[in-house]
Amino acid sequence: MSRIAQTLRGAALLDFWGAFALGMKYLFRKKPTINYPFEKGRLSPRFRGQHALRRYPDGEERCIACKLCEAVCPAQAITIEAEPREDGSRRTTRYDIDMVKCIYCGFCAEACPVDAIVEGPNFEFATETREELYYDKAKLLDNGDRWEREIARNLELDARYR
Amino acid sequence: MYEFVTQHGPVWGTVMAIGQIMAFVIVLLLSLAFLLLMDRKVWAAVQMRKGPNTVGAFGLLQSFADFIKFVLKEIIVPAGADRPLFLLAPLLTFVFAFVTWAVIPVAPGWVISDLNVGILYVFAISSLGVYGIIIGGWASNSKYPFLGSLRSAAQMVSYEVSIGFVLVTVLLMVGSMNLSAVVEAQAGGFWNWHVLSAGMLPWPAFLITIPMFVIFFISALAETNRPPFDLPEAESELVAGYQVEYSSTPYLLFMIGEYLNIVLMCALMTVLFFGGWHAPFDFAPFTWIHPVFWFAIKVVFFFFMFAMVKALVPRYRYDQLMRLGWKIFLPTSLAAVAVMGGIVVYSNAG
Repeated sequence: MSRIAQTLRGAALLDFWGAFALGMKYLFRKKPTINYPFEKGRLSPRFRGQHALRRYPDGEERCIACKLCEAVCPAQAITIEAEPREDGSRRTTRYDIDMVKCIYCGFCAEACPVDAIVEGPNFEFATETREELYYDKAKLLDNGDRWEREIARNLELDARYR
Repeated sequence: MYEFVTQHGPVWGTVMAIGQIMAFVIVLLLSLAFLLLMDRKVWAAVQMRKGPNTVGAFGLLQSFADFIKFVLKEIIVPAGADRPLFLLAPLLTFVFAFVTWAVIPVAPGWVISDLNVGILYVFAISSLGVYGIIIGGWASNSKYPFLGSLRSAAQMVSYEVSIGFVLVTVLLMVGSMNLSAVVEAQAGGFWNWHVLSAGMLPWPAFLITIPMFVIFFISALAETNRPPFDLPEAESELVAGYQVEYSSTPYLLFMIGEYLNIVLMCALMTVLFFGGWHAPFDFAPFTWIHPVFWFAIKVVFFFFMFAMVKALVPRYRYDQLMRLGWKIFLPTSLAAVAVMGGIVVYSNAG
């Protein structure tokens, strides 16, 4: 009996018409596609993108060369050299991040006592050569200047969860 | 074509015939470009994607961009391939796909060759179409293409049989093998289309034509290697079947041939079962529209159904495919031919 029912169902193409109705329903549904280069998805304030070294509002760099980020970095992507400046404050002479090694875990930003190294919201920094991804201090400070507004806002939004 | 030569002399007749063919081919290729886009758009929409939308407004020029890309790429012929056959195969598919269109009537009198044996011609040429695939798979000298072409040969032979019987039922109903006559027999409104009526025959005949139409549609899917019967190019098993070694223009020819065959099958469904160029109603607002648009609308509708089937139905297993072809479609269509023949004889006698 069930075989006859199955045969009749198959002959009437019931399975297909069910699928067809479903397909037509989905056909007219709003597409969730984002036209990427023109439209972008929303990013969380905690998004961990390209690194940046921040400055205080008076232009003084925040980093005090404590090397906590270098120590915590699981990929050992950070290299820091430091010596006292003329005014006696401890500053880095070299602050390199190998963005190829970096795993974007965000530990450096978490370890930093003065919020100097942070991971900003920028994720579009692909390059054509590997060398361009070896960031030095100048590049990182430049990133900080460029993204300061967004970074400060994200830090403020996320502050109460930290 | 013959009329051209007799009316305008051998030189001008030939020129005009070639001009007519060229115009038809160009129109066909242009509409194919947009049908291809529609195929991709429908498929994307069912999966809640947007599909091609960058080249031109709504991606309308996507097919032309693809065409340029295909033509500019290097033609790679594998070292072990049989070079002449390897390059001949896509040409065969391409040419046979076009040749069949010669007998498809798109509007009253709009047919390149008004053959008296049109159905027979369609059947003969569509059987030849398999050669492109077999030769392509064999000449590639590679295992996946060969397996794909073997599968496709078996599949196309199996489903051609039931397509043949469906064609026979229709020509029994009409009493003519001329496709224009088949369309003429369906004049006067959608209730006279073969899928809903049996023309001059007594009523039980249309109970046969609906299943015959379904069989024709599904066999057409198998005949054109469309999902769910795309085993010759099953990407999960055979990568791309007989097309694996093809690139650039030869691949383009294969693809155009394949899609042209699909549109041809849509056109055949329109001509045989859905009244060809006839409007669904035989009165004022519908008769104002030129018949060629009714034909095109119906073809586009069936192409839409092809695209939906591709989007919805999972691929058949090979034994299921063979079971469907030989154990279900063949006996059903054979019985339908016998019954339809009986009805024709009965109604003529009575």
